[in-house]
Amino acid sequence: MSEFSSLREMSTGLAKGDFSSVELTQEHLSRIQKADPSINSFITVNPENALAHAAQADQQRAAGDQRPTVGLPFAHKDIFCTSGVLTTAGSKMLSNFIAPYDATVVTKMAEAGMVSVGKTNMDEFAMGSSNENSFFGPVSNPWNTDCVPGGSSGGSAAAVAAGLVAAATGTDTGGSIRQPAALCGITGLKPTYGRVSRYGMIAFASSLDQAGPMTRDAEDAALMLSVMAGFDHRDSTSAQRDDSWLAELAVKGIPELDQPLTIGLPDEYFRTSEHMDALEMAKAELQKLGHTFKHVSLPHTESAIPVYYVLASAEASTNLSRYDGVRFGHRCENPQSLQDLYERSREEGFGQEVKRRILTGTYTLSVGYFDAYYLKAQKIRRLIAQDFTNVFAEVDLVLAPTAPTPAFKKNQLTDDPVAMYQQDLYTVPTSLAGLPAMSVPCGFSQGLPMGMQLIAPAFREDLPLMLAAQFQRHTDWHRRRPGDAS
Amino acid sequence: MNWESVIGLEIHVQLATESKIFSGASTAYGAAPNAQACNVDLGLPGVLPVLNERAVEMAVRFGLAIGAQINLHSIFDRKNYFYADLPKGYQISQFETPIVGEGTITITPETGKPRTVGITRAHLEEDAGKSIHDLFPSQTAVDLNRTGTPLLEVVSEPDMRTAQEASAYFRQVHTLVRYIGICDGNLAEGSMRCDANVSVRPVGQEAFGERTEIKNINSFRFVEQAIEHEIARQIDVLESGGRIERETRLYDPDKDETRSMRSKELSNDYRYFPDPDLMPLTISEAFVERIRDELPELPEARCARYIEQLGLSESDAAAISSDIDRAVYFDAAVAAQASAKQCANWIMGELSAYLNKQDISLAECPVTPALLAQLIGRIEDGTLSSKTAKSLFDALWEAGPDANVDELIETLNLAQMSDDGALTLIIDDLIAANPKQFDELRSGKDKMLGFFVGQVMKATQGKANPQQVNEIIRAKL
Repeated sequence: MSEFSSLREMSTGLAKGDFSSVELTQEHLSRIQKADPSINSFITVNPENALAHAAQADQQRAAGDQRPTVGLPFAHKDIFCTSGVLTTAGSKMLSNFIAPYDATVVTKMAEAGMVSVGKTNMDEFAMGSSNENSFFGPVSNPWNTDCVPGGSSGGSAAAVAAGLVAAATGTDTGGSIRQPAALCGITGLKPTYGRVSRYGMIAFASSLDQAGPMTRDAEDAALMLSVMAGFDHRDSTSAQRDDSWLAELAVKGIPELDQPLTIGLPDEYFRTSEHMDALEMAKAELQKLGHTFKHVSLPHTESAIPVYYVLASAEASTNLSRYDGVRFGHRCENPQSLQDLYERSREEGFGQEVKRRILTGTYTLSVGYFDAYYLKAQKIRRLIAQDFTNVFAEVDLVLAPTAPTPAFKKNQLTDDPVAMYQQDLYTVPTSLAGLPAMSVPCGFSQGLPMGMQLIAPAFREDLPLMLAAQFQRHTDWHRRRPGDAS
Repeated sequence: MNWESVIGLEIHVQLATESKIFSGASTAYGAAPNAQACNVDLGLPGVLPVLNERAVEMAVRFGLAIGAQINLHSIFDRKNYFYADLPKGYQISQFETPIVGEGTITITPETGKPRTVGITRAHLEEDAGKSIHDLFPSQTAVDLNRTGTPLLEVVSEPDMRTAQEASAYFRQVHTLVRYIGICDGNLAEGSMRCDANVSVRPVGQEAFGERTEIKNINSFRFVEQAIEHEIARQIDVLESGGRIERETRLYDPDKDETRSMRSKELSNDYRYFPDPDLMPLTISEAFVERIRDELPELPEARCARYIEQLGLSESDAAAISSDIDRAVYFDAAVAAQASAKQCANWIMGELSAYLNKQDISLAECPVTPALLAQLIGRIEDGTLSSKTAKSLFDALWEAGPDANVDELIETLNLAQMSDDGALTLIIDDLIAANPKQFDELRSGKDKMLGFFVGQVMKATQGKANPQQVNEIIRAKL
């Protein structure tokens, strides 16, 4: 076992008795203790809980529990409520919040015998593309600690890239799993909207938020997804689907594709040649594997960013109304009136980007602006989804860059929110369409990792998983480590 | 100038579901503060609403009962505003697409003719919690037990013209929601509350005057009083040359006045938009039809049946059918072979008086419909006089539902004396003892008949059959 072993490799080691879950967990905890001060990928590390769960997992394995997940350490993005453990969503507002309940994803991971070692850093309320909007400080990109890891699941991505954990949960509203996965050279999957329960996942934009795995490779992504996914009666937007293929995938591993795919290349995503060399090489590799490419068009792509920022901010503005200092979270000192309590608690508790989005969202939902912004954005959202439906009549999958640039320097974009929002250029359209999309390491630009994005029709996570697994059997981008020559 | 008032009501009907509209917490009334507020009700980070299907069924039942259009597709919206007892900072309601569309309700005011009130819509929403301002000095206490209680907000057209009509409409909705079992109708516990929109205009003018809204009225009496008062106030303002401001007012029953709460110009922009945590509500025709099949007989149909098939007077039929418990009791007694008319008399008379006096509901009434039917049967077969029947009723009330009517008549010696011989003996004694009165009777002073009957009743402790006594005395003349 090395610090860059995959979940699968560790699972095999556990099964063979090469090491116990307690040993494995202890090893992870030591690595975090040693390396995380320079990365800042964790907000909370809880050794006691982790070791207790690991001991329990060892007992389960000893009692004959052969599920591959039992005893595997991982980390949760600090957006999932965990009973008895701090859940902050990267915000001062929740810097004192201990949830009285577990998110469904947390329960599922625990039931699968997986061992959470801690909670990872993130942009406040998942709003950001650089992880610089965290009350708990920015996260460094393990490939170059002057650079950001991307966001909002920057802590999860950096922790996996730095070898602190093999896998972490993430959430993706407009690219928050895929973009940091690309910037940190790991594999990240945003499932179809509705595939994973949102219950207990602190809401940013309810119609877009979706949890997913951030891992070393496609095999681990499938393993994680098989645990995370599934209908939840506590989430009205969760989908009732037959998930048996996922369970099978988790046990048997990802099968070979039985036939080559037709892969769509949307013109709108290939308008620049900057930072595109890695993607071109990946295309050549895929072609070599027998897949064919077809040029397609997603004509409403350029509206996606404005549409996304109208809708996501509108939903966020009301999702965040509950943080009022009355029942939980930050409460201002000595409030003089209800109004004063609201104003100061929220003024003090929220960071700048969160306030910006609350204000934007409040504005677009107001009488007189609602039709021009919110309703119009909803209409365009439907057109964007229709674009994908049209394209998937012709191709099996769509290939695109994940992010327009490799990891950028800290503070480089903080004063220019609109430039920061452009980081989501290639990820936001799929979010608006609710489609599954995966970022897979595919090479480097300027010495930093680049990701390719595989976008599939709704509930066809099997396609990007199989294609990525195949790609990863023939390439080693996903095995490159910070410090390796690139 | 002669004025006409125009009134519309928004009635909040608290649906009688066991759990809340978007969570599994209990809706039972009276628990310790915040004991019935679960994670969802508290609006904790990460929680999500899940719609209670029973609330949907109840809304549909109401829609069908008022002949309204049922919208198979409706949408839940967020109504955004900040208040300490609104945990999420928004209320989940239905704004543009309610589940129940236009319908009608017929009302019969105490004075005036029956009329039809248009229902604009009825929509589902969650209730907020309670802010208690007088518990701690300079602090407000928040009780979130009521948070998430399902409400059906029934919005009427401005179809009412008097406070009496508005009150009759409120009563009719109360009758109806209890009939169809969607609300316990307990006004004291806030199960039904209404807001009244009131305006006045000169008689003959078509355009509505500016209106005010009186918030949160929770009794039939207050509806009438508050509206009466508001009409008078508006007329006063207009006649003294003033203008009515669009505003929200509160009725203070202690002072019998309404006072301004807030002006509409300063009111919130609620920023309604579809709640992304809930899918649009889609129900099937089959679902609606199943509920239609399960609808009970409604008050109007029941009233008509009582008049046409059971021969009740209009007023008795209306009185019995206006309350579901009373109607069910009546039907049960009639089913147990009681005469419908007698039954109505007893229910509206003795029974209601006892219930009122002891402040208990029909459900708790110790005299069951079957017992009342037996009592009425014993009147009709001549065993009981109206007087002894009342004594028996007393006894039944004490004895409770397991009482045996005939045993009680026996033990308490309540049967009428119908033995001609025994009665003749008593009458002969009375005639002998009162010769002067008997002479007067004989000479045509019919009033004296009453005297003798009264004396017989007294002598028999009310058990003589007055009819029979009459006949025996007349035979003596």
